[in-house]
Amino acid sequence: MNALFLALAHLRWTWARSLVLIIVGALILSVPMVTQVLLRGSEQALTQRAEATPLVLGARGSQLDLVMGAVYFSEDRTLPITRAAEDDVWDSGLALPIPLHTAFQTNGARIVGTSLDYFDFRGLTIAEGRQVALLGEAVLGAQVADRLGLGPGDTVVSAPENLFDLDGVYPLELQITGVLAATGTPDDEAVFTDVKTSWVIAGIGHGHEDVVTADAEGNITANAAITQFQRITPDNIDSFHFHGSASDYPLSAVLVVPYDTRSGTILRGRYLDPENPVQMTVPAEIVAGLVDRIFRIATLLDTVTLVIGIAALGAIALSLFLAWSLRASEIETAKRLGAGRFVIVQLAVAEIALLLTLSAGLAAALVIAVTRNGDQLVAWILAL
Amino acid sequence: MIAVRDLTFAYPHGGFALNIPTLSVDKGERVGVIGPSGTGKTTLLNLVAGLVQANTGQVTVAGHDLSALDEASRRRFRATRVGFIFQNFALVDYLTAFENTLYPYRVGLGLRLTPEVRDRAQALAEACGVAHRLKSHPGALSGGEQQRVAICRALVTQPQLILADEATGNLDPETKEAILDLLFARASEMGATVLAVTHDHDLLPRFDRVIDFANLRQPA
Repeated sequence: MNALFLALAHLRWTWARSLVLIIVGALILSVPMVTQVLLRGSEQALTQRAEATPLVLGARGSQLDLVMGAVYFSEDRTLPITRAAEDDVWDSGLALPIPLHTAFQTNGARIVGTSLDYFDFRGLTIAEGRQVALLGEAVLGAQVADRLGLGPGDTVVSAPENLFDLDGVYPLELQITGVLAATGTPDDEAVFTDVKTSWVIAGIGHGHEDVVTADAEGNITANAAITQFQRITPDNIDSFHFHGSASDYPLSAVLVVPYDTRSGTILRGRYLDPENPVQMTVPAEIVAGLVDRIFRIATLLDTVTLVIGIAALGAIALSLFLAWSLRASEIETAKRLGAGRFVIVQLAVAEIALLLTLSAGLAAALVIAVTRNGDQLVAWILAL
Repeated sequence: MIAVRDLTFAYPHGGFALNIPTLSVDKGERVGVIGPSGTGKTTLLNLVAGLVQANTGQVTVAGHDLSALDEASRRRFRATRVGFIFQNFALVDYLTAFENTLYPYRVGLGLRLTPEVRDRAQALAEACGVAHRLKSHPGALSGGEQQRVAICRALVTQPQLILADEATGNLDPETKEAILDLLFARASEMGATVLAVTHDHDLLPRFDRVIDFANLRQPA
């Protein structure tokens, strides 16, 4: 007890050093476990969602980027395809196409322009408010709503792509009509809107004051300074319109839900031609390869963690040794006052034991926290 | 209390040797030890405390022949029978003044911290005039206050022998006298013997007896 008392008193007196040692110790202990928890969680989440998504249609290029963007709403890295690709799937009568436009963000969350079919397909339900019905409306994923503290009646503004590009995408204020129930998937981290609203954000559709006005005497004026609306309201919604051919409007990807296995096989066969600018991928196959690679990298990561852990332990040991050297006069006094070697060893062991105990406690708290919030963390990681 | 006979001592690495044919100090006596630096005054204190062992001869303290005791017994003897006061106070910086007073009970072999010991420490602190600083750490105390705390620490085990090595060396003249008065008064209450090394000749009249190492020590 005396050794513990003195060790505790010393740790409290050198609290900054003790805190650093405890945190470093906790990280050494917890990082491998946290990594394992997150890896297992990511594997499960990746696999489950991929297996629940039969096919993804998108621009030819990296299949991984296409799947990560369309299934997990990761950064939109693929080239857009046109709505014509969606129409082709409709016209085939083999599958249900669900359009996805994921080019924009708001407050760090991906804006997903889609159709109502998406919510049925993913089994998403409204926890609060109502589903989107009009242009300019949005529903929030559970995590986004929680993080931003927003709900029905509030608004979010889409992030402009480039503040200094006068010809670029302008921010559009979205009216929040509902919040989705939490699912522990990337859907919790997204803001959903109708795909047409996404096209308005993209500048393909817009609303503005009349270009040509006539006064009471019939004098016609062409207004050179047209005010473009950045908010869709009941008063101006009728002025919103789209330019160009609808079949040319961009989509990030299309989720393809075949009506049966045979239909899926037939559809996949239609997109095998490497000259075709559009490709169809099976997310489960892509993700299986990704998970395999992740676990190979994880093995390497474990080795790196081990090496770093050994180096950190060496640094901790050096720190303790130096601290002990600084206490040489105290040890000398203790010996003069009748302390035996065993007492001196007890003092050292008690201090190390306390540091280890506190580090282990903090590490356990970290692991428990990560384990309890694993789903949300994994969803957040996958949305990066 | 202390009886030294035919003592010889030399450090293993050489360069220093001590040779004391005979020395005795009575119980309750207050003895000052003076002499030039490097003549072995501190070594004598270490021999009497059992911190080092004589090469030949006999050192008997409070009836214990230190050369006959094993290491653990000498530690136990030191913890229970001897109180130390050092020139540099040697307080533990991370403990409060009160915990420093109780420090021998935290590390000393054969000592057990009880409520009675705590009461005694409190009473000593009041007697030494540092009761109001007991929650302070050494860094916040003046030199005089630190040495008062060190005296409390030396006396809390109710030792039979108090060894003071330049205990007033770092203090101003007024504080020196006050500290020595305090040490003698408390030692006298306990009936403890004081063996104090000093370079301060002004303080010598306060001792019952002074041993001049220039005369005592014989070249080996």
